[in-house]
Amino acid sequence: MNINEIQDQIIDEFGQFGDWMERYEYLIDLGRSLGPFDERHKTPEYLIEGCQSKVWLYPSFENGIITFSAESDALITRGIVALLIRVFSGHTPAEIVDANIYFIEKIGLRENLSPTRSNGLLAMVKQMRLYALAYKAKQEHS
Amino acid sequence: MRLTKSIEEIRADFPILSTKAHGKPLIYLDNGATTQKPLQVINLMDELYRTTNANVHRGVHYLSDRVSERYEAARETVRAYINAGATEEIIFTSGTTASINTVAFSFGERYIHEGDEIIISGMEHHANIVPWQMLCERKRAKLKVIPFSDEGVLDLEAYRSLLTERTRIVAVTHVSNVLGTINPVKEIVAEAHRHGIPVLVDGAQSIQHGFVDVRDIDCDFYVFSGHKVYGPNGIGVLYGKADMLNELPPCQGGGDMVANVTFEKTTYNVIPFKFEAGTTNFTGAIGLAAALDYLSALGREAVACREQSLLARATAGLSAIEGIRIYGTTPHKVSVISFLPGTIHQYDTGMILDKMGIAVRTGTHCAQPLMERYGISGTVRASIAFYNTEEEIEALVKGVRKVTEMFA
Repeated sequence: MNINEIQDQIIDEFGQFGDWMERYEYLIDLGRSLGPFDERHKTPEYLIEGCQSKVWLYPSFENGIITFSAESDALITRGIVALLIRVFSGHTPAEIVDANIYFIEKIGLRENLSPTRSNGLLAMVKQMRLYALAYKAKQEHS
Repeated sequence: MRLTKSIEEIRADFPILSTKAHGKPLIYLDNGATTQKPLQVINLMDELYRTTNANVHRGVHYLSDRVSERYEAARETVRAYINAGATEEIIFTSGTTASINTVAFSFGERYIHEGDEIIISGMEHHANIVPWQMLCERKRAKLKVIPFSDEGVLDLEAYRSLLTERTRIVAVTHVSNVLGTINPVKEIVAEAHRHGIPVLVDGAQSIQHGFVDVRDIDCDFYVFSGHKVYGPNGIGVLYGKADMLNELPPCQGGGDMVANVTFEKTTYNVIPFKFEAGTTNFTGAIGLAAALDYLSALGREAVACREQSLLARATAGLSAIEGIRIYGTTPHKVSVISFLPGTIHQYDTGMILDKMGIAVRTGTHCAQPLMERYGISGTVRASIAFYNTEEEIEALVKGVRKVTEMFA
């Protein structure tokens, strides 16, 4: 699936929920199911600033494809991170750089997050794009 | 001790309390961050801008006189409220932070030299840490820290041993913004004074709870913010003993703080004006006085009493939740309750409570060293005001229970 298809799938999933409680319960479940994170990458280098909870984001680049892994100390944040990984991970740098991210608003996450909190969310998206940009530049120069 | 108004009447004075948050009635339990404003303040601010706006201490004209009079009357209201000895001991600033920075700069310029020592406590807000650190850096002085117990009580024995012949000033908070602990500032001051050392008391979290008497405490400086005591934003107070203030150089230069200016030499105005450079926030000062008048009319002791009763209810309710950890368990505390429900992150807790319409603060509360002391990354803090209700406290307890179920 391409990035937009994944976003649409997430929007569909969230569309089934009746109220905010179900949406957050789902986020919590996603947070619980977030894959393991290599403890060695829990360093300041991979820590994202601007979040109320701690988020570490680690990129790897193989065969032209970026894979992200991430970790957070808060469960809801882990859920949000899991969604972002689902959207961004497994794509080429160019696909990530060019992606238009619309699912966050569509699933009512942004409107439910205060500015400082959504800064954390936006900081994650920004960081993922920055990694993609860096890999893209690397590709073009090699 | 009874409030002079019913809780319904009180809540009607605070229009914002009828706000809906995410479609639910707002339950505002973030009063430690800022307090809501009664109509008596809001209407007054409105009236000032409509009828009595001109620059203070400047003009010979009617409006300027009117507003200057009211500004100086506000100073007197603040004096009476904290029981200062003289009106000129009340300096209007932009808030607690500005007040502490003023003292750290002016006192530092006058009295701090290389190798001198400054004492603060381990439960300070960053506003009462960083200005002193900056001073220490400028003057190559040393910062010493009074430790505290797990219950959140300052170790006075350790404090005594920190006082040396190099100690120049002690700066402690009256009430911890995280733990709610009411520190024995009177004792701390007496001990410092025995060594001839002045003390600054940070009143940002005590002024709103009714019990401040600077002459009884005998502190040399007492500072607080208007917005935390039901007054406007951007106004604060620096109380200093006249003898002390007269000795200190001004922190900022500008209009109104001068007696005579030539390019060769400027002489300064007398206190309090020496420390009020530029156009002050005079509307804020008058609004602050209205807020203090509101509390006085309500009954300051009754306010404190009601908050204690709500605190007891919150403490009992939250304590009954399995796995909850409460930070700040001394009985001598204000209506601030910091907690973590089991291993659930403060951010997760705050997010879910917010969806229920409950406003709490989450995070380090600008007290990172305190968090480090407990080995945690933050807490959830519910800070209660007299306008909160028993039902709201029950809703908080119920909300936290729900959180523990969701994250179980």
